[in-house]
Amino acid sequence: MAEADQLLLLDLLPSPFAARVRIALAEKGLNYESREEDLSNKSPLLLKMNPVHKQIPVLIHNGRPICESMVIVQYIDQVWNHKSPLLPSDPYRRAHARFWADYIDKKIYPIGRMLWASKGEVKEASKKDLIECFKILEGELGDKPYFGGESFGYIDLALIPFYSFFYTFETLGNFSVVVEFPKLMDWAQRCLLKESVSKSLCDQRNVYEAVLEIRKKLGAE
Amino acid sequence: MAEIELHGTWPSPYSYRVLWALKLKGIPYEYVEEDLSNKSPLLLQYNPVHKKIPVLVHGGKPICESMIILEYLDETWPQNPLLPSDPYERAVVRFWVKFIEDKGPSAWVVFRTSGEEQEKAVKDSLEMLKTIEEHALGEKKYFGGDKIGMVDIACSGIAHWLQVIEEVVGIKILEPHKFPRLHAWTKTFKEAPIIKDNLPNQDEMLVFFKQAREKLLASA
Repeated sequence: MAEADQLLLLDLLPSPFAARVRIALAEKGLNYESREEDLSNKSPLLLKMNPVHKQIPVLIHNGRPICESMVIVQYIDQVWNHKSPLLPSDPYRRAHARFWADYIDKKIYPIGRMLWASKGEVKEASKKDLIECFKILEGELGDKPYFGGESFGYIDLALIPFYSFFYTFETLGNFSVVVEFPKLMDWAQRCLLKESVSKSLCDQRNVYEAVLEIRKKLGAE
Repeated sequence: MAEIELHGTWPSPYSYRVLWALKLKGIPYEYVEEDLSNKSPLLLQYNPVHKKIPVLVHGGKPICESMIILEYLDETWPQNPLLPSDPYERAVVRFWVKFIEDKGPSAWVVFRTSGEEQEKAVKDSLEMLKTIEEHALGEKKYFGGDKIGMVDIACSGIAHWLQVIEEVVGIKILEPHKFPRLHAWTKTFKEAPIIKDNLPNQDEMLVFFKQAREKLLASA
């Protein structure tokens, strides 16, 4: 590992995907520069470093870009493997971790977005779908302190940024996470006790304000 | 029970991804054909979340999602690696695997739809192919460089299944003059050892997918 490792994160505070990378960097105790992007006015650097998607987060390590949040997390885990392993070492458990991170990617953000970006029937259907996903996730968590077992890991990191959206889901979807999913709430509170998590997550109210702005633009308000 | 079982369906590109990985690494396995119109209790037990194939079962323990299975195989049987060992190169491979997983299905939307929805899916597919050719393949023989790697296997739908979709719907998408490098790759990939001896018969696939599309449109 080089003496002067340069780490630059093209960042966005309310993004759950960027939050994942912030948590991973904090878990490993890494120093980095965070540059907040304005998605309505993307920087030349962002367009150069992620020409395919033009999206955040992008981690630039010694000038080379890595894109896609969980790809970045795996990269960080492999390069800085001296502390706080995020993925387990056993291949079967790794496959299990990847499966659930993939499930979270396929379901929580797209369905959640459908809920907060729409109204009427579409919103109701999305709410039902989201509740179904939370049920499945709570079932997978079971009585374990974390999704991976005894310690915070890959699946927890993939999901916990969506805690910032709970207030948004509850307010727009008219349900209560703590009432319907007490185990999930316990788990979230347990994760928040970790500084790497609490310092990396966007405040729930700020996410709600950002979402309301988008809803206005989309004509959902 | 065999040490390793692959549960799949014969026309599925996702099934074949795992089959090729097993053969490329010389891993003995038993193949179990599943009937997706009448899912077996075993499949539902192995994949309760998605209820899909492929499922790899190793010593009784199931692993689901084709590209996740491939990472598992690469970690457990390191011979003939599908992933590079360098962390940065690995991140690039995983980026493209995610890209094809997210964007690849637009070709299947072309297959399943008609009218405006199909037109949009054709546009999406063309964009996807352009991006892959320019940014992922470039001038290389394979996506993996000199030999087949994870991205080649992930993109295999383009090499063998896209033609069938094109013929069933009557729309040409991967035109050789528009995508010369990608077109060359489809030939190279299908002529590679192991791959060439393990491809589903295209005539049989045509019959299967024609019937499937007719059913879809009739029930729409």
